[in-house]
Parts: sequence; structure tokens; C-alpha cells
Amino acid sequence: MTSTIDVDVSIQRPALEVRAQFALPAQGITAVIGRSGSGKSSVLHALAGLLTPTRGHFKLGGQTLFDHSARINLPPNARALGVVFQEGRLFPHLNVRGNLLFGDALSARPAGPAFDDVVELLGVGALLTRRPHTLSGGERQRVAIGRALLSRPRALLMDEPLASLDPARRHELLGYLAAMPARYGLPIVYVTHQMDEVLRLADQVVVMNDGQSVAAGAALEVLGDLNVQPLIGRFEAGSVLAGVVVRQLDDWQLTEVQVAGQTLTVPQIAARVGAGVRLRIRARDVALQNEGAQSHTSANTSASNQLQAWVLQVLDRDGPYCIVELALTLMPSETAPRAGETLWALVTRRSVSTMGLSVGQTVVASFKAVAVEGRSVAAFT
Amino acid sequence: MFSWPPSELERQALLLSLQVALAAVAVALPLAVALAWLLGRGKFWGKSALEAIVNLPLVLPPVVIGYALLVSFGRQGALGRWLSNTFDWQFVFTFRGAVLAAAVMALPLMVRAIRQSLEAVDGGLEAAALTLGASRARVFATVTVPLMAPGLLSGAVLGFAASLGEFGATITFVSNVPGETQTLPLAIYSALQQPGGDDAALRLVMLSVLLALAALALAQWCHRRMQQWLGQVQ
Repeated sequence: MTSTIDVDVSIQRPALEVRAQFALPAQGITAVIGRSGSGKSSVLHALAGLLTPTRGHFKLGGQTLFDHSARINLPPNARALGVVFQEGRLFPHLNVRGNLLFGDALSARPAGPAFDDVVELLGVGALLTRRPHTLSGGERQRVAIGRALLSRPRALLMDEPLASLDPARRHELLGYLAAMPARYGLPIVYVTHQMDEVLRLADQVVVMNDGQSVAAGAALEVLGDLNVQPLIGRFEAGSVLAGVVVRQLDDWQLTEVQVAGQTLTVPQIAARVGAGVRLRIRARDVALQNEGAQSHTSANTSASNQLQAWVLQVLDRDGPYCIVELALTLMPSETAPRAGETLWALVTRRSVSTMGLSVGQTVVASFKAVAVEGRSVAAFT
Repeated sequence: MFSWPPSELERQALLLSLQVALAAVAVALPLAVALAWLLGRGKFWGKSALEAIVNLPLVLPPVVIGYALLVSFGRQGALGRWLSNTFDWQFVFTFRGAVLAAAVMALPLMVRAIRQSLEAVDGGLEAAALTLGASRARVFATVTVPLMAPGLLSGAVLGFAASLGEFGATITFVSNVPGETQTLPLAIYSALQQPGGDDAALRLVMLSVLLALAALALAQWCHRRMQQWLGQVQ
């Protein structure tokens, strides 16, 4: 039986009425995303029991932790949910070992991650006798994650755990976080507004907008939904492609990635051949040409990616723009393309008109390799 | 002529002051923590009334407090009679009475200092402890109290200092009995009442100053160590 995270809560905040409703498999990492002030953190605090919803319920794996009509409201210390806060919240009067073991002695659950294992995974072995105020931000967050793991939780709740860290530390911690659900069999609810964290970590996504949960589901499906995209936040529209590394061109510092049977060339990704990758390509970086028009062979253009695609839909956007959704599957077909195989292009309404773009039409979509760099790439090992 | 060292009687007053002050702090501290918690975190009917009562000794003349203690804890008072019959506790003219007077006078200062430190405790840390499985009582004992430690110390030092200096309530409630209730301020007062007692008074004053300075130095040292321990200063 798959267990689920079943959430339907209303929370009264001073300036916002929050309403979150979603039911997702309790596995992997569920990213709760949205603009700041959209109520993401309130939802997390309500799940932890630190805020009491005004109505609704929260069930995890069949156990009811909160049910307003049944008057069930487990206190935070009875929920067995490990919480990692944005600012770490380590106890200043205890050393690292004392912090790590704080919840260990209190847990009613018989088994959980072993101390030595967690210490090794998070690389905090050398810090055990240090005091929190002597730690760097990254070290502090690693200890906070370890402390939550060692309280033997049945799920982890993380509230923008990387927000206060510099890019190098963030990158390093992302690796630790990605490894955790499989290693400990723990589902994670992960609040963030960073797209690279979503790309790297999220198996599932819940989108919050203005206090309301507006979409929930598998990550690539939610991220690939053009109607949801404007609600996600300050990000420019960009489609997420899921592919596999097929070749490393070390001489050119490039990597070839296969998506829907077509090959993309992107700046080199540090991943072995066969590794899964997610690429986010901003809609504004994608140009369209009618098929058969001259000069779309790669020899004649600096846009190293020339992809066969067909038009799924054309949507009006603000100003002179339209957004064109394209399927990368080679043949127009009745079945919808799979998640992670659609590309968005932001073009002017005039271009749509002069090119005569219409649904089902085959086009060539092109973009430069440089459009896929840095935080737009996530590789899985 | 001024002579040193102090006489047996004067050293007795010093020792008694120390004992009364330490005992008063020991008695008042748990009560002060409980009151600080109620007033700082509690939401209940009559909270402002409780706050006013706790602060009465700050605003009333000490003699009034001494008289109130005499009326309630004296042999004629209901409370005093009950305590005398049940526990055989006498207050008037006794060391115990001197401690009670000092504790009552010191309490509002202690509550104030401790309440400030309680309000400065980061609620986020207490919430984190809850999510790690600690009950509310355990959070208080293992997180709140350690984080309040510098405030508890300040409260205790304030209480100690107030007890050392307590005069009015003590002399009204338990009189001026050498060896039982005659603390340094009372001994100084007595010395000044006697012809030729100036020397004795001066010696007692010097003892008071030494005691106060030693206590302050010790408290400052402890406070700094605690803040280092909590990482509040480098």
C-alpha cells in the first residue's frame, strides 16, 4: 500500500487566509513552491503542529495528525515530524553532539537513522564538540538536518533550508538532500522558491499562489503546465526537459543530452553517460522557424540546438507576445507528449501571424547551448 | 581611635547578613521564576492584579511591608498561628523571619529581571525542541531555563543585593536581635544609636562595602562565562 500525504487545511494568518489542499504519495521530495508571502511556510508550520488550522485535516500514511471536525490535533512533540528551519535553530547551549542527540532520547519510535551513519552522510564528524556559534552557515544547516533525522521522524519538513547559504554551500547541501529519501525511506516536504532546488530535488510539486494551493502533482507535469507557470513566481517562463546524458564532448566542454529521441548540446554537465538530467530553457531563448526554410542545419547557425517539434498550443501573453508550446516527439500524434518533452517559445504575435503557426504544424525550434547553464541544469547520479 | 579587625559581634552581623541574603535568594528564586513565567507567558484573568501585588514591595514603604508581615505571620495572625501549630515555624524575632522579610522585599526585583530574560528567549528554539519530541515541561527544563541562565543570575544577584540592604521591613517584622535578625544594616543602625559607636559603624560599613564588591565581581564573572557559553559574546 502506498501511503499518502493528505492535506486540506485553512490557516488564518494576519494578512492572509491560507488554504492548502493536496493529496500526494508520501515518497520522495514534495516541493511546495510559490512567491514569498504565498503561504508556503504557513502550510509547513501547520503540518508540524506549530500553527493550528481553522478547519480541515492532515493525514500522513493513514494516521490522522489533525482533524478539526473530529477534534484531533496532535501536539508537535507527538507528530514525529523532523523539521528543518530556514535559520537552523540550533540550541546555543549545547554542542553539536548535544544538538544531534536532542531528539534521539525522546523518540517513541524504535528505529531510525543511526548516529554514525548520519554523521558520516552529513560530514559533521569533525564538528561534534564544537558549539553552534562557531559553525559556518552550511555546517549549521547540516547539523540541523542531522538533528531532525536523528529524532527518528516519519517524514521531514524543510522550510527553505538553503536560503541563508552561499552558492557553493547550497550546491553541496543539495547533494545531501537529494540522497536522503532513498537512503532513509523518508518522505520530505520541502518549501522553497528557488527553481534550481526544484529542478534538482522535486519529485512532486505543490504550487501556492496568494494563499491558495493552485496545482499539485508530479514535478514535470506541474512545471510543464503553461497555465500554472505564471502562478509559480518571479521566474521567467521556461520549460523543463527531462533527458539522459548520451555523450561527453570533453574537447569542446559540451555534453550531449537526449530528450524524446532528439539530441541537445549543452555546456558540459558533470555527470556520467546514462545519468538523468533536467534542463530548464527559458521561453525567450527559443526561436522558431518553419520547416523547410533554409539554413537550419547546424553548420550555418550558432544556435547549436535545432529540434524538430510540432505546435501543441499557442497562448496569448501580455504585450506583443505569444507563448508557443511545442512537443519534441517526432510525429504529431493523438496522444499528448510525456512530461519533460515539451518546449516553450516566447515569440511576438506578429511572428505567429507571419509564420502562420497553428496547432499540429511542424516547426524547427532552436536555442543556443548557453541558454542551458548553471542553475538551469540538474543532474542525477 | 579606629581599630581593626572587627569584633566578634560585628563579624557575626556580617555572617548573618550573608546567610539571610543567600537563604532569601534560595527561597525567592523558584517563586520568582514561576511568577515570571505566569506574568510573561500566561494569559489568565487577574494577571494585572497579580502583577500589582508582586510589585507592592517596590512602591510601599518597607515599614508597611514589615507591618503587613507582622500582622499575617505574627503569633496573632491566622497564617502565623497555623504555621506555628503545623510546622512549629516561628517568624517573629527569628532568623526565619529575617529571611522572609528579605525574600518578600527582593521578589519584585527578581521577577522583573527573570521575566525580561524569559521574554528574550527565542521562541523558535522552543518550537524546534517541540518538533524534536520534547514535551512542554521538558522544553522548559532543557531549553528555556538554560537560555534564561544569564537572567536567572542577574535576578539572583539583584535579590542578594536587595536582601543585604534590607532594613525597614526587617526591623519592623523581626526587630533587631543580635545573632538572629541583626544583619549589617541593623547593626550599623544600632552602633550609631550608642555613644562612641562611630568606630563600630565605620567597620561595619567597610564590611558591607567589601561584601557588596565581592558579590558584584563574582556575579560579573559568572555572567560573562554564561554569555560565552551561550555564544552571545566572543
